[in-house]
Amino acid sequence: MSTVDEQSKAASGMDEGHIPQGVEEKKQDGSSATIILFFVFGFIASLIVGWVVFPKLLYSSRPQPVEFNHLVHNEMVDEGCESCHFFREDGSYSGVPTLAQCIDCHEEVQGDSEAEEYFVTEYVQRYREVPWLVYSRQPPCVFFPHSAHVLKAGMDCVTCHGSIGESESLRPYEQNRISRYSRDIWGHNIAGISRNSWDRMKMDDCAECHQRENVNQASVQTKRGGCFVCHH
Amino acid sequence: MKIDRRSFLSFAIGGAAGTALTPLPWKLTDDMSIWSQMWPWTPVPARGAVTVVKSACTLCPGGCGINVRKVDDRVVKIEGLPDHPVNDGSLCTLGLAGAQLLYGPRRVKTPLKKVNGRFVAISWEDALAEVSEKLSDLRAKGGAHTVACISSSDRGTVAELLARFLRVFGSPNFIRMPSSQDAYEVALYLTQGVRAIPGFDVEHSDFVLSFGSGLLDGWGSPVYLFKAHSQWRDQGGKLIQVEPRLSRTAAKADQWVPINPGTEGALALGIAGVIIKESLYDEKFVNSHSSGFQEWKRLVIDGFSPEIVSKVTGVKVTVITELARSFARANRPLATGGRGKGTSPGSLKEVLAVHFLNALVGNLGQKGGSWAVPEPEYIDWPELEMEQAASTGNQQTRIDGAGSDIYTHARYLANRLPEALLTDPGYQPVQVLFISEANPAYSLPDTTAFKDAVAKIPMKVSFSSYLDETAELADLVLPNHTYLERYEDVPAPSGYPLPIISLVRPVVEPKFNSMHTGDAVIQLAKALGGSISKAFPWDSYEECLEETLGDKWESLMEQGYWVDSEYEAPGWSEAFETASEKFEFTSREISALGNYSLVKPEGDEAFFPLVLIPFDTMRLWSGYVGSPPFLIKSVEDTLLQKNEVLVEIHAATADSLGLGSGSTAVLTTPKGKARVKIRTTEGIMPGLIALPRGLGHTANDRFLAGKGVNYNRLAGPVEDGATGHDAAWGIRARLAKA
Ligand code: SF4
Repeated sequence: MSTVDEQSKAASGMDEGHIPQGVEEKKQDGSSATIILFFVFGFIASLIVGWVVFPKLLYSSRPQPVEFNHLVHNEMVDEGCESCHFFREDGSYSGVPTLAQCIDCHEEVQGDSEAEEYFVTEYVQRYREVPWLVYSRQPPCVFFPHSAHVLKAGMDCVTCHGSIGESESLRPYEQNRISRYSRDIWGHNIAGISRNSWDRMKMDDCAECHQRENVNQASVQTKRGGCFVCHH
Repeated sequence: MKIDRRSFLSFAIGGAAGTALTPLPWKLTDDMSIWSQMWPWTPVPARGAVTVVKSACTLCPGGCGINVRKVDDRVVKIEGLPDHPVNDGSLCTLGLAGAQLLYGPRRVKTPLKKVNGRFVAISWEDALAEVSEKLSDLRAKGGAHTVACISSSDRGTVAELLARFLRVFGSPNFIRMPSSQDAYEVALYLTQGVRAIPGFDVEHSDFVLSFGSGLLDGWGSPVYLFKAHSQWRDQGGKLIQVEPRLSRTAAKADQWVPINPGTEGALALGIAGVIIKESLYDEKFVNSHSSGFQEWKRLVIDGFSPEIVSKVTGVKVTVITELARSFARANRPLATGGRGKGTSPGSLKEVLAVHFLNALVGNLGQKGGSWAVPEPEYIDWPELEMEQAASTGNQQTRIDGAGSDIYTHARYLANRLPEALLTDPGYQPVQVLFISEANPAYSLPDTTAFKDAVAKIPMKVSFSSYLDETAELADLVLPNHTYLERYEDVPAPSGYPLPIISLVRPVVEPKFNSMHTGDAVIQLAKALGGSISKAFPWDSYEECLEETLGDKWESLMEQGYWVDSEYEAPGWSEAFETASEKFEFTSREISALGNYSLVKPEGDEAFFPLVLIPFDTMRLWSGYVGSPPFLIKSVEDTLLQKNEVLVEIHAATADSLGLGSGSTAVLTTPKGKARVKIRTTEGIMPGLIALPRGLGHTANDRFLAGKGVNYNRLAGPVEDGATGHDAAWGIRARLAKA
């Protein structure tokens, strides 16, 4: 059985029998510096991972199947966004346009852009719908009626979608590898910080506005409150 | 600098501290929780433009209107058409599951030809050419009459096109699949002198006496009956169910009268006897508008006293007299016949007995009564130009014997086909057989005999959309569009009292390389040329349909149906077109058919001490369309456990056989054998075995095939002495421990 003294020596790593006093002191200094250094390494590395590497790994990125210039189109149409992203007669929202909306002007190749030729030959002439990647697509468990927001509450498109209508090209579509949502739902800031109303589309953002505007707290169809206002 | 364990530890601690200051943990937690809500197999509503197309259901003879909901080009839901006179917004489970028949795996995707026992895909051009070559060859050799066609219906443009094709080609052999309409049509003709469709105004009746009709199990127009039933409930109407088994209808009725099977007609006559004896009948009708009453009355009173009837039927004398009194005293009593879903004709004398009850209480053509609905007359095509081959062919005796000297009254006798084909007359009486919207290899009693008979036919052409049992036997399958991909008219829903036509219209583009049977017939006619081609002056079926419906087309396109709501049954003075211009309780023709007698089930009692009877349920369909997967899923485990069917027998019978509930047994009839599970119950007469119809498919798809036993494999027809129709209601059987 060892004595209490022996035990404490062993625990502190001090063994007078093997290490000279001076060396021992020097080692102690070096060791605490190393420890701090490693702590800092760890700290900084994790900050880099968390803020820089993680977002890169979390999202996959791919281009839209076809190039598109919102600005050019916007200048040509009479009714702004609703010219192509319109409400159907029954009040449902058509969402991303289908070929039916494009075909009137793009039945034949216009101008000499390669992208235009690709679009017309690959999609229009083959009656294939363009598999657009929708930045703002909410998951299937959410019931989001555009009509209630746009037609009834009179919100404009920019409030949620920003200035995409003035963009000249489509940015790559980024998808969360785990949740499979579009990156736009969480927002581009990995910390979830938003400066504009269109920066994020998470549930909290909906709730915040619904509360602020004192929106119906029960579903119109099911008369149920809470989650059922927006969830199936 | 020495890197040791402590350095790593501090690195890790630094890392942890740093991580806590990044969004990583919070973001990952959020993502993981969302990931757990996004399983790929969770069904998600389709996106796109929602549209609703008005159409009609053809899956049973019920004639319901439907609203088909689509998202873009995909059918997502079928609902009842609001305000449709038959179903007013409601639908049955089969109708609801219709989309599975469009998208499910049982479809035939392209014309098929059997080569060395296996189907290979062929083009429409080749398929039609093959048929037309065979046909013209036959006709040239004087064999036009050896072409036959089996169809589920003889009404509506598609059936009429097929019948017209046969007629102008030179064959009398158009055959409708059997149903209780067969016997009813003869009953209406003999007693009222009219060629009409039986209709029952159940909705307005306040006392329905059902002789085994599964009013809530799919009889007549099922949804119309369901709605009528709720109406009775609300208004205090009564439903009395006479049946050997406690069916769903019996369970929901106000009174269940268990009866020895096959004796329902005797009970009807017994009840009639009491009504007559106690002078409870409608004197005005009987005295002024009927003939032969006295003679019939004597027969009934002498032969069917309550005591005698009680012995035969097993129903107590007091119950018989009580039933008679309450039936006759009700405001609007109505008696119905046709067992189960009415898929079998039954004996004419039995149907007459039930029909006479309606006459006695004077409900013919009255509100809440029994109606003779005129056959639809909108199909008015140009006269046929009959070439020599056509006239000669049509003068030949029908292959099934219907309308011949022996079977004067029958129009169609599908049940006689196997016999006719299997008794060798020295030549092959049918060279080409068309099958349209029917699955006789599954639905006709004694399927084995049917299959053997059909095997002898050199060319079998099925127009089925599905690879069903009959299509599998065919040499050529020319797939029709399904009802969600085509136009068609649906006249005269089964048992519905008003003249009505609904319009089936294409909800989606045809999914596969199918062709409307109407178009296939028109093209065949064109290929044959001459007067046959001339008989079909339309370029397409659609053109033919629109032209045929004429001024009704608009309202059909707009409303989805056309109904003669003004229709009133003619008064009693005009209604009857018999020789006496009255309703005939008896006549020379009726007497010639002999008196009422019980139909004996096939089989020797010594070998087969029990009797097997079929029963119907709304979850299983046994006609052209077999139950889709949704319905099979809904079949209760008192009927089907895994792939084994349960038969119901009375607990006492089971005891005497030493069979416990849940045990397995071998069920044997003169026609075949099957393994079944036993379910004992008090809800059936002793000595009976009840087997549900609609199981035991060997074809269609994997959701339907291989489950349970097909009643028709174990059963056989019994020829009705009066008409030649199938009068069987069961078959003798034996149960032994497996
Ligand atoms: S009752 Fe018949 S017609 Fe009506 S929905 Fe059901 S299957 Fe279709």
